[in-house]
Amino acid sequence: MALLNVEDLKVYFHTRNGVVKAVDGISFSVDRGETFAIIGESGSGKSVACYSMLGLIPKPPGRIEGGSARFNDQDLLTLSESQLRKVRGKGISIIFQDPMTSLNPFLKIGEQLIEPLLLHTDMSRKQAWQKATELLLEVGIKDAEKRMNAWPFEFSGGMRQRVMIAMALITEPDIIIADEPTTALDVTVQAQILKLLKELQVRRNIGVIFISHDLSVVADIADNIAVMQQGKIVEQGSRDSIFKEASHPYTQKLLAAVPDSEKVPTALDGEQAIVEVQDLCVYFGSEKHGNQVRAVDKVSLRVERGEILGLVGESGSGKSTLGRAILRLVNPSHGKILFEGQDITELKAAQLKPLRRHMQMIFQDPYASLNPRMTVYDTLAEPLLLHNIANKKTLDAEVFKLMDSVGLARENVLRYPHEFSGGQRQRIAIGRAVATKPNFIVADEPVSALDVTIQAQILDLLLELVERFDLTMLFVSHDLGVVRYLSDRILVMKHGELVEAGTAHDIFSNPQQDYTRSLLEAIPGKSLLLGEVGSVGGPDR
Amino acid sequence: MWRFIGFRTLQAIPVIFVVITVTFFLVRAAPGGPFDDEKAVSPQVQAALEAQYRLDLPMHEQYFAYLADLLRGDMGPSFNYPGRSVDELIFQGLPITAELGFYALLVAVGIGVLSGVIASLRPNTVQDYVPMSLAMIGICMPSFLLGPLMVLVFGIWLDWLPVSGWDQSSGDKVLPSITLGAMYAAYIARLSRSGMLEVMSQDYLRTARAKGLPERVVVIKHALRAGLLPVISYLGPAFAGLLSGSFVVETIFQIPGLGRFYVQAAFNRDYTMILGTTTFLATLIVVFNLLSDFLAAWLNPRLRYQFQKGK
Repeated sequence: MALLNVEDLKVYFHTRNGVVKAVDGISFSVDRGETFAIIGESGSGKSVACYSMLGLIPKPPGRIEGGSARFNDQDLLTLSESQLRKVRGKGISIIFQDPMTSLNPFLKIGEQLIEPLLLHTDMSRKQAWQKATELLLEVGIKDAEKRMNAWPFEFSGGMRQRVMIAMALITEPDIIIADEPTTALDVTVQAQILKLLKELQVRRNIGVIFISHDLSVVADIADNIAVMQQGKIVEQGSRDSIFKEASHPYTQKLLAAVPDSEKVPTALDGEQAIVEVQDLCVYFGSEKHGNQVRAVDKVSLRVERGEILGLVGESGSGKSTLGRAILRLVNPSHGKILFEGQDITELKAAQLKPLRRHMQMIFQDPYASLNPRMTVYDTLAEPLLLHNIANKKTLDAEVFKLMDSVGLARENVLRYPHEFSGGQRQRIAIGRAVATKPNFIVADEPVSALDVTIQAQILDLLLELVERFDLTMLFVSHDLGVVRYLSDRILVMKHGELVEAGTAHDIFSNPQQDYTRSLLEAIPGKSLLLGEVGSVGGPDR
Repeated sequence: MWRFIGFRTLQAIPVIFVVITVTFFLVRAAPGGPFDDEKAVSPQVQAALEAQYRLDLPMHEQYFAYLADLLRGDMGPSFNYPGRSVDELIFQGLPITAELGFYALLVAVGIGVLSGVIASLRPNTVQDYVPMSLAMIGICMPSFLLGPLMVLVFGIWLDWLPVSGWDQSSGDKVLPSITLGAMYAAYIARLSRSGMLEVMSQDYLRTARAKGLPERVVVIKHALRAGLLPVISYLGPAFAGLLSGSFVVETIFQIPGLGRFYVQAAFNRDYTMILGTTTFLATLIVVFNLLSDFLAAWLNPRLRYQFQKGK
């Protein structure tokens, strides 16, 4: 019998607006040494299913309505809270999505690491400390003895996730639930963490339940995959069968959402570049105090009219700062920015205003970048009035036209941002950006906060708008797959400098720099991206 | 962190200076003078009195002379208590007011934190509504109503506690401390509830629960420290507020503290006394605000880390 056997699990949330069937009769099993992936969009019930087994969902409103979850000859769903506590962290432990928020900022790493040991074993504090130190070394944290006494903020995101993994492993559990463990991380770090998880799993022969919204992430590591939609498992099978013979339309949609094609470069007429940047530098801090950060260091580039220029790099590489500096949202330290041939480097805010309507920005997080107290109408009308594009008579019509062009239903015009999903909010943000009919848009990670299928829709919307409005776009992203799908040319950035430039095709088929190669290596499920599924196995097979 | 401390301390100086200046000119601009109540005195005596208190000098000279004295720590002679200096009077009343303020703070923190945390554990249930409704009443009820009420119930009807005095009979400190602390307890309860609620939704508490820790440990070890940070930042202003706001309670319970000098000074146009107490209390408020800011910063590991590294 399998290690964990879930049968017909049902978890409903009884809210004021009625019953939400978060998990509606799902069955699956996980064995030792197996990686079982649950794939679905946010809200599909994949996390709720796993948390509810351990009693970690808020009750009320949550309620387990039926089913069983057999683990070690007991049904987890019938256990009392105190019995469940003995399973949590001991039999089954969890690695959470966001390592930045999942560690207690007020306790030292070592203190947090040994907590489960002191709770679940008879170890003394000293022994526990010793074991935690060894484990930190095993998950790849150097200088572990010293690092045990460090605070969480002294670690980078990837390092914190290693600490989280160590914390989950420390009691030698039988099963680890990894809930989107790499979603918040950079691609190269993501690849390291996935590899580490796989190695540890093989070495210790444990079962892993891997929750993700992204099929490509699990393409290389999962043995079996279940696809969840609206609380139900719509398709379940071995990795190869899912990738090759997916029959359910939703699975096919997920597979199609992986941006796997390469854009055919737009023909350019070679006239004057819309944006030209010469030796641009943006420094933060000051040299005198020794805390100077060279976010952007002597970057020169041209954005040709009508192209989509992809800008990739890891977080901290300065790509967002570069994008903002070009729009003069951040002041450059040195260098020159030409927009439509005009030097805008030294322009004052008032002089910039007439230019602003021609250059716009789309931000990463549609939850934070829209004013929560403004309706869609207000948000879209504001730039139209500000730049005298519409007057009182034509305003309504213009707002509706904008909503049509970004695919928002007209009846939503008086709604507030919180009433929309992430994808719809990003549509609002895009609508706001194109309202002034700009020539040039900087899109800063516009899809990285979105689910994959939504991501694909927004990318297609951007392509369509670029075509329709003759836009030129600087597309900033850490996701090479997305950049490849969208961009005519790609620039690769590292530590504030441009290290490589070329057409999407050149970069992908013939990268010149080691750094670019490492970025390409790190793309999750690149086998999928390059159409090689089935020929590559996980490291253990 | 040293820079932070130095900078904040420097910022406090102009605040105190402005308070002194504004008070100095406001009390003199108010109608009436310190010697108006006296029976008609001969012009010679009047002149002698005014000369003694420097009231015969032009306004700006009075002001600079006062500032010069203040820098030496001399707040001048009291107009109302002949022969006694303001310093003397303040330091006579201060220990009593400080003691009262301290007990009131204990009441406020004890009741406030406890009920706030209890309420936050089960939000939107009876366990939340009852303490929070009481807190609302506590905030709305002024001490000149609560004080006499407490006297009536515990002093007269039940006859458990003495109704006035300070340090004269056992238990006479209880009612004034509770009366003064109640409003602050209510505010602290609301602060700790909202602070705790915010922390309770943090991801790292889910991590703590996923380790199998009992709820008690989750709350005390993982949530309390961050949840009570707002309360700690509030302690300074609260204590300063208790000191400066105690005159109502001191009047109700006949306590010879600082507050009564303050009120009497205002009635008597005792210029130096008003100025002295105002300056003193303003300095206290500023100092306690600074202290609680520093304490809150110290409790943030990130700031403390920079501090220890000497940055």
